[in-house]
Amino acid sequence: MTNTTAILKKEFKSYFNSPIAYIFITFFLGISAWLFFRSFFLVNQAEMRGFFGLMPWIFLFFIPAVTMKLWAEEKKLGTAEILMTLPIRDYEVVIGKFLASFALLAVTVLLSLVLPFSVMYLGNPDGGTLVSGYIGLLLMGGAYLAIGLFASTLTENQISAFIFGITACFVLLIIGEDIVLFNAPNWLFPIFSYLGLGAHYSSILRGVLDSRDIIYYLSLIGFFLYLSTLSVESRKWR
Amino acid sequence: MIEVRELTKSYGTTVAVDHVTFDAHAGEVLGFLGPNGAGKTTTMRILTCYLSADTGSATVAGYDVFEESVEVRKHIGYLPESAPLYTDMGVIEYLNFMTQVRNVPKSQRKERIRKVIDTCGLEDVIQKDIGELSKGYRQRVGLAQSLIHDPPILILDEPTSGLDPSQIIEIRNLIKNIGQEKLVLFSTHILPEVSATCSRILIINNGKIVANGTPEELSSQAKGEEIVHITIRGAQETIEARLNELEFVSQWNCVRTDNGIVSYQINADQGSDAAEALFHIAVENGWSLTELRQESVDLEDVFLNLTDKE
Repeated sequence: MTNTTAILKKEFKSYFNSPIAYIFITFFLGISAWLFFRSFFLVNQAEMRGFFGLMPWIFLFFIPAVTMKLWAEEKKLGTAEILMTLPIRDYEVVIGKFLASFALLAVTVLLSLVLPFSVMYLGNPDGGTLVSGYIGLLLMGGAYLAIGLFASTLTENQISAFIFGITACFVLLIIGEDIVLFNAPNWLFPIFSYLGLGAHYSSILRGVLDSRDIIYYLSLIGFFLYLSTLSVESRKWR
Repeated sequence: MIEVRELTKSYGTTVAVDHVTFDAHAGEVLGFLGPNGAGKTTTMRILTCYLSADTGSATVAGYDVFEESVEVRKHIGYLPESAPLYTDMGVIEYLNFMTQVRNVPKSQRKERIRKVIDTCGLEDVIQKDIGELSKGYRQRVGLAQSLIHDPPILILDEPTSGLDPSQIIEIRNLIKNIGQEKLVLFSTHILPEVSATCSRILIINNGKIVANGTPEELSSQAKGEEIVHITIRGAQETIEARLNELEFVSQWNCVRTDNGIVSYQINADQGSDAAEALFHIAVENGWSLTELRQESVDLEDVFLNLTDKE
């Protein structure tokens, strides 16, 4: 546990030692302000549906950028050799790195809460959907992060890690889209519609916090963290 | 403290480490010598649990590197080749991070950091980021990192590569000091380095251990002659006549003559203490010596003999 915390702290700090954290935060807040005020002034509604609806696509490009360096850079610089010869288990490192990227995501996403709060006295945003929307955002973001982290373990090139990450997230996102579902063979339909990243998110957005959706995201995160650990350990396979 | 038995590791069809067997004990400085690509780094990576071997076994501090790798890693300090460090971290920040992941108790962290800063001569750079440091200082930070938890075993992969001569001497002295109580295993392909620092040498070539012994043992293994350089003021003919009489001199060459000063390179039988004998002869004959130097039969010969066989 202390090991994981140490890794978490180190990685989190390192985000702020590089431009990536600032770019991510600025861009995210910019987008959310734009989407929020567009509906606010046009429709005269203090709600964030447009913002939430676009997030799966915005995360697609931004989350792999957050995770791409986590392993690829260690391999490239050779620092992995020191890291992996510390008396720490591989999964502790994987979890630490995941939590660091999740912390960055959480900080960023929560900063955007300023928007709905700032206009709360003007309109009357639905508190319930707002809360569930943010929970959905964090869960979905977590899943993207786990996928991106896994992609980063596969290569020592950050750009490759970025592309792998986007591709993997994209595939998981579109298999749940209607257009894919209707063209998929019948027997794949239930599998695809369950595995699709977006469907669970939209049901959370509606304000329904179903345990199945939460379990879906948590197991997706768990699965990809497990794959990452395997991938990191693969250097020792005989 | 380290026992390696029949360790073998291949990458595809290349055998990097080929049935390597050796032991090492506390208080030893073990030099791992070999040409580039001989398998030094791979062996070290297996011992530090970064890679695993295909076959064979290895125990470090009594723990199996494959089965009890976390225990092994607790007992080792490791500096990989070219000291890979997090360049975006400050020196102190990095060392502090290492105390955490190395499980140094909180109460001792400050003291340990101060100690390694002192040992590795980092006082001047503690305010800096690692990315700003010169190669030599990075190497020292790498060394500091490997010492931070006071490990009984230190594994250093080419600790002096890329350093300037005075830094090399510092690092060598440091290794010697550490090696008095601990086990230091370090690799290099620079010959004088091992004779200067090691209490025992392992020469590895093409993945195989080709020699294992103290520097003296290895030198005496290299069958050869003693070579003495001597410069004398005296009559050339008498000197040369005298040289021809000497039994232990197998061959001599006049290298230079200059105003009655003559220089010779003399090949003598091994173990004949030729230099001393020549000194006495010079004294008896009243020649004044301006130079008398014995060329040490060095490890270089051993090394070249053992590694250039193909």
